[in-house]
Amino acid sequence: MALSQADVLAGIKEIVEEVAGIPAASIELGKNFTDDLEVDSLSMVEVVVACEERFGVKIPDEKVTELATVGDAVNFIVNAAA
Amino acid sequence: MSQRRVVVTGLGATTPLGGDVDSTWKALLAGQSGVRLLTEDWRELLPVHFAARVATEPGDQMERVEMRRLDRSEQFALVASREAWKDAGSPDEIDKERLGVVVASGIGGVITLLDQFVNLNEKGARGVSPHTVPMLMPNGPAANVGLELQAKAGVHTPVSACASGAEAIGYAYEMIKNNRADIIVTGGVEAAIHQLPMAGFAAMKALSTRNDAPARASRPYDVDRDGFVLGEGGGILVIEEYEHAKARGAKMYCEIGGQGLTSDGFHIAAPDPDGNGVQRAIKFALQNSGLSTKDIVHLNAHATSTPAGDVAEANALRKALGADADHVAVSATKSMTGHLLGGAGAIESVFIVKALQERLAPPTINIENLDPAVTVDVVRDTPRQLPAGDIAALNDSFGFGGHNVVLAFKSL
Repeated sequence: MALSQADVLAGIKEIVEEVAGIPAASIELGKNFTDDLEVDSLSMVEVVVACEERFGVKIPDEKVTELATVGDAVNFIVNAAA
Repeated sequence: MSQRRVVVTGLGATTPLGGDVDSTWKALLAGQSGVRLLTEDWRELLPVHFAARVATEPGDQMERVEMRRLDRSEQFALVASREAWKDAGSPDEIDKERLGVVVASGIGGVITLLDQFVNLNEKGARGVSPHTVPMLMPNGPAANVGLELQAKAGVHTPVSACASGAEAIGYAYEMIKNNRADIIVTGGVEAAIHQLPMAGFAAMKALSTRNDAPARASRPYDVDRDGFVLGEGGGILVIEEYEHAKARGAKMYCEIGGQGLTSDGFHIAAPDPDGNGVQRAIKFALQNSGLSTKDIVHLNAHATSTPAGDVAEANALRKALGADADHVAVSATKSMTGHLLGGAGAIESVFIVKALQERLAPPTINIENLDPAVTVDVVRDTPRQLPAGDIAALNDSFGFGGHNVVLAFKSL
């Protein structure tokens, strides 16, 4: 099922707010999970698992380290779901 | 090195009687029970349908995101330590390399462990939270308090079942005595109201099954006592080297005189009926504190409401204190709080500090017929006034495994 970038971004905002307590309004495509949003390594694992469940995609562990920004994650998920 | 003295400068608690020290202490003096029927469906699996849950959920005082990374025992530790730290005057400017944390739990994050096992079975390994291990480790409560306060003198977790909370305070006392630290946040917590640990205790026939009258179930020293009532929550003390507390102008409640530690070498769960280990622990606590039996006016007993344990303890107290037991007001506060396991020795130490401060020994409730085998002076139903002048009190705690811990507190 094809997912739009806007849908995935909206979903990630909800997940990151739920898991890490970061207000959805401050989550943007260019934000770095670690440096800008201060999502720690344990919470990042939760974000990944929640994204897999929500969007029905697999995010391999070796890919997770490449997802530095919210935009990286959105693009990966949109492509993986296509 | 001159003799370093240890004083109590802050108190915190979350218990079945209240969400803080003041509300808990008021309910305790009023003789209220914190024991209630469980509302969960799983209670029907068990022969016991009640427990003593905390009066105030941690979620009332904590952010949701913080809560989900913490086991319930860790939530209790943070709630109580925040209150204690504030009560101590929030001394954030102190040297953090001289600040320690010693917080115990008897069982650790057992609810997290069991919940995550369900996740594993239902969702597979990816369904197990990455926070599982930091949440289930028994040192988790201590570690989280240490992180929040940036304590760098050492963060520790002694474990000795139901003596853990008292052992933690004793360990903290030694750290200050031995000049490893000047100020320590210490105590114990427990969060084990879950069908599995309850089934385990029930299988040992350790729990009361008085399902028709939960608030009357915890009845230390009563002839019809039939086991303990599981409680949850915790108590935290800020303890401090006397000169350190004085220099910063801290309020001082009382002094910790010393401790006595022994072990029974008798049985994994049953008390030694001879009570030799308890007697020796009391003797050592008195010696260590420079006190005699004449100085003791109050004792918060371990007295969990089990048929064997209460009498074995009372006999040991009588033997250890001799004729001076006649002027020791013995309170069994588990009649109201239930048994907080690793948190018990800590909240009972908080109660002793309050008793010395207000000169009031809390009551023991639910004694309809005092067991004639109990030969100590039990404070029943209403609080009892304690004498003016220099007074001292003891807190004794025992744990499965034969651990005996006695802490001695002195008025200042």
